[in-house]
Amino acid sequence: MKSIWFHLQGYRDLPADFEDRYESVWVTPPTDELCDPQKVHQYLNWNLDELDYAASLGFDGVGTNEHHQNGYGFPVSPNQTGYYLAKSTTDQAIVILGNTLPLYNPPIRVAEEIAYMDCLSNGRVVSGMPVGTPMDVTHCYGITPTTVRPRYFEAHDLITKAWTAEKEFHFNGKYTKLRHVNIWPKPIQKPHPPIWLAGGGSIETWEFAAQNDYLYSYLSFGGRLAAQKLMDGFWEVVDAHGLDRNPYRAGFAQIVCVAETDAEAEKLYLEHMRYFYKKSLHVARHYAAVAGYNTKASLQAAMSRGGAGNPFEAIDPGSITWSELVDKTKRVVAGSPATVIDHLKELARDLNVGQLILLMHVGSMDHELTKYSTRLYAEEVLPHIRDIWSDQWEDHWWPSGARRPVLPGEAVAAG
Amino acid sequence: MKTIQLTLASGLPADVLAGGSGPALLYLHNHLGRTWDAFLDALAGTHTVYAPRHPGSDEPDELLALDGFADLALYYDDLLNALDVDTAVVVGHGFGGMAAAEFAAHCPARVSRLVLIDSLGLWLDDTPIDDISGVPPERAASILSGSPTVTEALLAQPEDPAAIPDFMVGRFLTQAAVSHFIWPIPDRDLRRRLYRITMPTLVLWGEDDQYVPVCYAREFGDGLPDARIERIPGAGHMPQLEKTDEVMTVLADFLGTV
Repeated sequence: MKSIWFHLQGYRDLPADFEDRYESVWVTPPTDELCDPQKVHQYLNWNLDELDYAASLGFDGVGTNEHHQNGYGFPVSPNQTGYYLAKSTTDQAIVILGNTLPLYNPPIRVAEEIAYMDCLSNGRVVSGMPVGTPMDVTHCYGITPTTVRPRYFEAHDLITKAWTAEKEFHFNGKYTKLRHVNIWPKPIQKPHPPIWLAGGGSIETWEFAAQNDYLYSYLSFGGRLAAQKLMDGFWEVVDAHGLDRNPYRAGFAQIVCVAETDAEAEKLYLEHMRYFYKKSLHVARHYAAVAGYNTKASLQAAMSRGGAGNPFEAIDPGSITWSELVDKTKRVVAGSPATVIDHLKELARDLNVGQLILLMHVGSMDHELTKYSTRLYAEEVLPHIRDIWSDQWEDHWWPSGARRPVLPGEAVAAG
Repeated sequence: MKTIQLTLASGLPADVLAGGSGPALLYLHNHLGRTWDAFLDALAGTHTVYAPRHPGSDEPDELLALDGFADLALYYDDLLNALDVDTAVVVGHGFGGMAAAEFAAHCPARVSRLVLIDSLGLWLDDTPIDDISGVPPERAASILSGSPTVTEALLAQPEDPAAIPDFMVGRFLTQAAVSHFIWPIPDRDLRRRLYRITMPTLVLWGEDDQYVPVCYAREFGDGLPDARIERIPGAGHMPQLEKTDEVMTVLADFLGTV
């Protein structure tokens, strides 16, 4: 199972009474009251240092994504982080999860920027293609909800054609009309960088992944127990398309915190989990659920499940205890290396997942603590999980230019 | 009252409730969806009322053929053809008022008289209009009407629990089909086209409207060539349901059906 160190790039110092004073962490949290650019200067430098640190320790990939106008995570353009990582690392996959396609006009901007990054990194880029969140796409960037999916599919068609067409072409779409499509450069990876889809449970996304043989990653903060039904649904769609159950088809996002012992983990990390679940996920429902964003079929499916399954929803504050988060609901994987290894092996097996998207900076964690957890993971956990699957399956969804990093322990042994 | 299912010349379907007798009256509904309510009953006393369901409210794919108000105006032009109606009184409420005004601006020859009730369509930066999809829960009820009884009835879910999912899906799809035309700000330069709305127009407003404030009545009045403005005291966004008798008195006078 691959270990991808993924940075949400959130605000680390929201006020103690944030969730009581403000309606939402996304869309409307007043920037002048809450977001200090000098602090962001510090955070952004920490973010890049943490990603570099993970790469130096042998994580398989490093990555980030795109979000806007929030304290949850504001990488804004993930490609900016991606260019930095393409230059600062040598072996890792650069996992951009990814560019929110409906927000780019014309969408060839995504084709160009990913190709540029692929050239800079010598073929190490993963091109994530999410539909985006309702908060970003409809509320922050003003895209009409009913047009989001048609725009998404049209942008996907244009971008993949721009990467693969043998010569210049014109594109007469509904939302984009271009007389000359002829991008410079094309990506190094052929036919194009691996495309990873990201979803919160839209059945159309599973279908789209299966039809195109793309990777599907389930981005949730609910842990593997809550994800079981949805991931089973994805694998049923894979079966229905006659495809194999190669675990590398699937990614899963998981909060992971490592310490010397379980007790130390609780002492070090619980307050940051509280921060994350209470503040970073304090998204107003009227921004998270927008009429027209989901298809009729997804809406009907959600209604019959008894809820929309919104991943951006603060959980009951009373349930934010160590035993609830870690032991009972298993939202969070945290503890000693042995505990974390056990949980991750179960996660890989139960969800049949080959790409682990690790959320190791949680909410208000500071730089040193983040590095501490990251180092313990690299030294004590990663060697025990990196070969889950690799003897049985080939990863067709990994960038061709990425190399399996040498772990510090291996380097010592070799020397 | 009966339901008429039509296929328009464009190939798009239409679902129309029809009732009453007399001259044709086209009623365009608000973002909550189409219901044959007490107001339509009252209108049906003097007119043949046609109340189409906003396209896309049941099948969102229909919206792929409707990119804006020009397309929507052609949809209603096709609908009157299919109903074999030459000209009609057109009445619209809220979003339906905006659609009615756009239809009148695009196809003025088909509209004999126009009635805009607490209508969207214009925009003042100093008096922004709430986004129906992003309104905080504590305001969601107050923008609907000034009458707790009316608001409660508008928000009521079906008594049969088994019917609630379909009801909620319907509400969501209707709101989506309305947002399709007005997201994220309900301004599509109608002001520039008001000069084409030359037929007699009644601009009718609940004086205490918390959704589209009454200052917009004057904005319409200032831009329309032949407008009469009537404010209904004590009414919010739904004067036709909150003060049906007062509204019908004004309408009867305007429509010459006293």
